[in-house]
Amino acid sequence: MDQSQIAQAMNSVNSVGLTRNDYRGAPSTLCQGCGHNGIAAQIVAACYEMNLVPEQVVKFSGIGCSSKSPTYFLGRSFSFNGLHGRMPSMALGALFADHTLKGIGLSGDGDSASIGLGQFKHLVRRNLPMVYIVENNGVYGLTKGQFSATADKGLSLKKQGTNPYLPVDIAMEALVANASFVARSFAGDPKQVKELIKAAIAHTGVAVLDIISPCVTFGNHEESMHSYTFGKEHEEPLHEISFVPARDEITVEDFEEGTTRDVTLHDGSQVILKKLEKDYDPTSRWEALRILEQAEKNNWLVTGLIYVDPNQPTMYDMYNMPATPLNRMTEKQIRPARETMQQVNDMMF
Amino acid sequence: MGIQQPIVNEFCITFSTINGSGSATANITLMRALFRMGIPVSGKNIFPSNIQGQPTWFTLRASKKGYLARVEKDDIVVAMNPTTLAHEMKYLSKGGVMILPDDFKTESIRDDIILYPMPVKKLVREAEVPPSLRDYIGNMVYVGVVAWLLDIDLEQIHQALNFHFKGKQKAVDSNYNAVVAAYNWAHDNLEKKDPYRVEKMNGTEGCIMTDGNTAGALGSLYGGLQFAAWYPITPATSLAESLNEYNPLLRKDPDTGKDTCIIVQSEDELAAIGMAIGAGWGGLRSMTSTSGPGLSLMSEYIGLAYFAEVPVVIWDVQRVGPSTGMPTRTAQCDLTMVNFISHGDKQMIILIPGSVTECFEFGWKAFDIAEQLQTPVVVMSDLDFGMNQWMTKKFEYPDRPIDRGKILWEEDLKKKLAEWDGQFGRYRDVDGDGIPYRTVPGNQDIHSGYFTRGTSHDEYARYTEAPDVWERLMERLRKKFKTARKYLPEPVLTSNPGAKIGIISSGSADPAVVEAIDMLQEKSIKADYLRIRSLPFFDDVKEFIETHDKVFVVELNRDGQMLQILSMEFPGAAQKLVKIAHMDGLPLSASWVRDQIVKKMEA
Repeated sequence: MDQSQIAQAMNSVNSVGLTRNDYRGAPSTLCQGCGHNGIAAQIVAACYEMNLVPEQVVKFSGIGCSSKSPTYFLGRSFSFNGLHGRMPSMALGALFADHTLKGIGLSGDGDSASIGLGQFKHLVRRNLPMVYIVENNGVYGLTKGQFSATADKGLSLKKQGTNPYLPVDIAMEALVANASFVARSFAGDPKQVKELIKAAIAHTGVAVLDIISPCVTFGNHEESMHSYTFGKEHEEPLHEISFVPARDEITVEDFEEGTTRDVTLHDGSQVILKKLEKDYDPTSRWEALRILEQAEKNNWLVTGLIYVDPNQPTMYDMYNMPATPLNRMTEKQIRPARETMQQVNDMMF
Repeated sequence: MGIQQPIVNEFCITFSTINGSGSATANITLMRALFRMGIPVSGKNIFPSNIQGQPTWFTLRASKKGYLARVEKDDIVVAMNPTTLAHEMKYLSKGGVMILPDDFKTESIRDDIILYPMPVKKLVREAEVPPSLRDYIGNMVYVGVVAWLLDIDLEQIHQALNFHFKGKQKAVDSNYNAVVAAYNWAHDNLEKKDPYRVEKMNGTEGCIMTDGNTAGALGSLYGGLQFAAWYPITPATSLAESLNEYNPLLRKDPDTGKDTCIIVQSEDELAAIGMAIGAGWGGLRSMTSTSGPGLSLMSEYIGLAYFAEVPVVIWDVQRVGPSTGMPTRTAQCDLTMVNFISHGDKQMIILIPGSVTECFEFGWKAFDIAEQLQTPVVVMSDLDFGMNQWMTKKFEYPDRPIDRGKILWEEDLKKKLAEWDGQFGRYRDVDGDGIPYRTVPGNQDIHSGYFTRGTSHDEYARYTEAPDVWERLMERLRKKFKTARKYLPEPVLTSNPGAKIGIISSGSADPAVVEAIDMLQEKSIKADYLRIRSLPFFDDVKEFIETHDKVFVVELNRDGQMLQILSMEFPGAAQKLVKIAHMDGLPLSASWVRDQIVKKMEA
C-alpha cells in the first residue's frame, strides 16, 4: 500500500462510524519488536472489525510489561492498571458495575502464572464474561530478565543460569479450572491472533488466550519455546481459523465442505475452523486435554481454539441481577424505604 | 444465714459451659427476658477459638443505671463445666452464689459461697427428649432455676424462646417445658438464701438488642451498598452473613424483583479487596469486611485505592493480634496499622463507632464519606461490639439523602466540559478542596474514559515521572485530607464542670470509661471526656488536650496506639497524655480504668 492507500484505510469507517484511529492508544514504550506490540495492534484491528464502541469496552491489567500494554490500544476506553496478579478480582468488581460492558484483561506469565495463579483460576472458575489475554514470554522483562513460571525447564539465561523447574501451562490451568474458552496463539501469527481475539470478544463467558509473545530483549533464545524462531519452527496450528460475526452471511466458497468445522457462539457469530491434518474437536474437553499433553510430549507449540463451550452459564447468571447496570441505579433503588426501618428494629429484640 | 437486704437489678452472672453444648440459646434467652422486663443488660461471650469441647463463659450483667461494661467479679456463677470450678472460684465475689449440677464434686468450693445444686440429669430424663437434644435441655434446666432464684417473669422467657426459634412451636414448647419443670423443681426444693433478684423497671425504652456486625450490615444496606466481597474470618464473618440475611428483605427491587446489592464470597482477602475496589472504581457503593490478618493481606490494594482515589468501605472487626493472636478475643490493636496501612506517604479515613447503634449509623455514612472523598474508609469495630449482644438505641433512618460526591455522568460531564475547554482531567483540583471529579465506566461521552493506575500520574491521568507533578499530586492529596474533616463524625464531648483532667477513648472502650467517670466522681475526681469517632483528628481534639492538665488515653491494646497517633499529630501537647492501655483479650472494666487513672494521677 502506498501512503494514500494507507490514509484511506485509516479513514474508512466501520458500522459504528469509527475509523481505526478511534481504536488506537498512546505510542508504545515497549521494546522494538516486542510481541506485545503486535498483539496490541491486533486488538485494535479486532475491535475495529467487530464494531465495538470504545466506551463500551473496559481494559484491565496487572503489573509487568504485558500490563503496560492497555495504554497502547483503545485510548478512549476506561482502563484500570491494578496490582501484580490481582487484576482478575478488580475486573470482577468493575464489570459488576456495568455488566453490559466488554472487559478485556491484559496479563503476562509473571502476572498470571505466579502470584496471580489463584485469582486467574478463580476468575475462570466463575466464568466472568471477559477476554483474558496472557502475553506469555517466559521471562520477567521489566526487572530485566529473570525466569518466569512458564519458562521451559533447562532454559539458560545470562544472569540466571539454568531453569530447574517445570513450566506452568496457562492453557492447561485454564482448562482444568473449567474455562469456557481456551485458545493459544503466537504473536508472530497476527492473522490467527486477530481471529482468536474476535472469537474471544464474541464469546459469552471468560475467554482465555495464551499468546506466546517473545521477549526480544531478554528471552528470545532460539531454544526457548517463547522465541520467534521456536514459534515459527514448532507452531502446530490445530486449524486455520476464521471468525464470522453474527450478522454476516457465511460464505462457503472459502471453506471446502468436509474440511471445516463451525462453532456457533452465543451471540450467533461463528468460528470456522479449517481442518489441517488432525481431526480436532474444540468442544471436547477430553480432546483439549489430550492435545495439550501430546503437544508437550512432542515439543509442539499447538495453536488455535483449543476448547470452547458457548453455553456454559456465566457468573452473571449466578446472580439475580437487574437489566439496568448497577452503577446507574438511583437512590430510590438502593436505599430501602423509610417504613422498613421500624420493621427492621422490630426484627431485632 | 439471716435475711439480707435484697439486691435488685444489680448483679453479674457468669454461665460457665462447654462450647458446642448449645448454651448460647439458654444464655441469650435469660438476657432477653431481663431486657423485656425493662432491666438494662449487657452480655459478653468469652469463647475459645474452637468448635466443640472447650470451656466457654457468658457473662450477663444487670445494671439499673444502665452501665454496659464488663465487670470483673461475678455475683452468681452457673457452673456447668466440672473442669473449671477452680477458675470460677477466683472470680466469684465474697458471699456469692453458685448454681451447679448435683453430681459435681464440691470439696474444692469455698465455704463462703451459697450453693444451689440442681438435679440436671433427673430433670433431663423426665423431659423425655431425644438423646441429641439432651445437652440443650440440660441448659434449659439452669434457665428455669435462675428464673426462680431471681424471680424472672416466665412469660418473658417464653417470648424470648419464641423469638429465638422464630415461632417454631415444637422447639419453643420442648425448651419452655424444660424451663418450667426446672422452675417448679426449684420452687419446691430450694430455699432462697441470696439477696439477688429482679424487678420490672423502665430502663430499656427506645432500645433494641442486637450485635454490632448485624448493625454494620444493616447500616451498609441502608447506605446503598451495591457490591460486597468478603472472606470468612472471625470475628468479621457474621457481618457479611448478615448482609446475606437482610439483602433479600431490604434490597430486592419491588418493581423488577432483582437484587440491587451483589454479595460475593471471594477466594481470599486479596481478592475480596480487589473486587471491592474494582466495584468502587466502577461506580458502585462497595465494601469488604475483615479482621486484622485479612487487613494485612489487603494493605497493598488499599494503598492503590488511596493513590488512584477509589472509594471503598472496609470494616475491620478487630481481634487480638499480632499474627493469628487470639481470634475470638477483643482488642483495639489495629489502629496504628490502619492509620499507616500500605507503603508510601499516605493518610487513611478511619471511623470508630462507639456503640452498636453507631455501627449502624457509620455503616451508611461510610459510603457517603468514601464517595465524597474518593478514598478508602476503614470502619474500626471490634469483637466486643461485633459478636456480643448489646442493648442499644433503636436504629434511626438516615437523616440525609445519599451523597455520591463529585461523580459525572454524561449530562454533568457535558456541562463541565463547556467550563473546562473541552478537556476532562480526572485528577484536576478544580474546586480547590483537593477533591477532583470522577467519571465511571459505562459513561458514553467520548471524553469520559481515563487510565487509572498506581503509577505516578498527572492531572489528566497520564503516566509521568516529572518530580514537580509528583509533588503536586501528593500535596493535593494532603489537601484532600484537610478537607476531609468537614465530612467526618466529630468527637463527642462530655463535660464535667470544674474538671481539670480529661479522658480520651474510642470505640468499645466507651462503656467502661462512662462508668469509670461516675466512679471517679464518687472519689471527688472530676473528668471531662472526649470520645473520638474519626481520624484524621479534628482541631477540637488538640484543644481538648491543651485545656486539661492531664489527659488519660484509654484503649484496648498494649502500646497505647491512639496515644501514639495523638502524640505524633500534636507533639506540643503530647507530654500531657497518659497511657491507660490494656489488652488481655477481654473488654475493659470500669474499675480497672478508675484504678489506673487514680494510680497515674498520683504518679
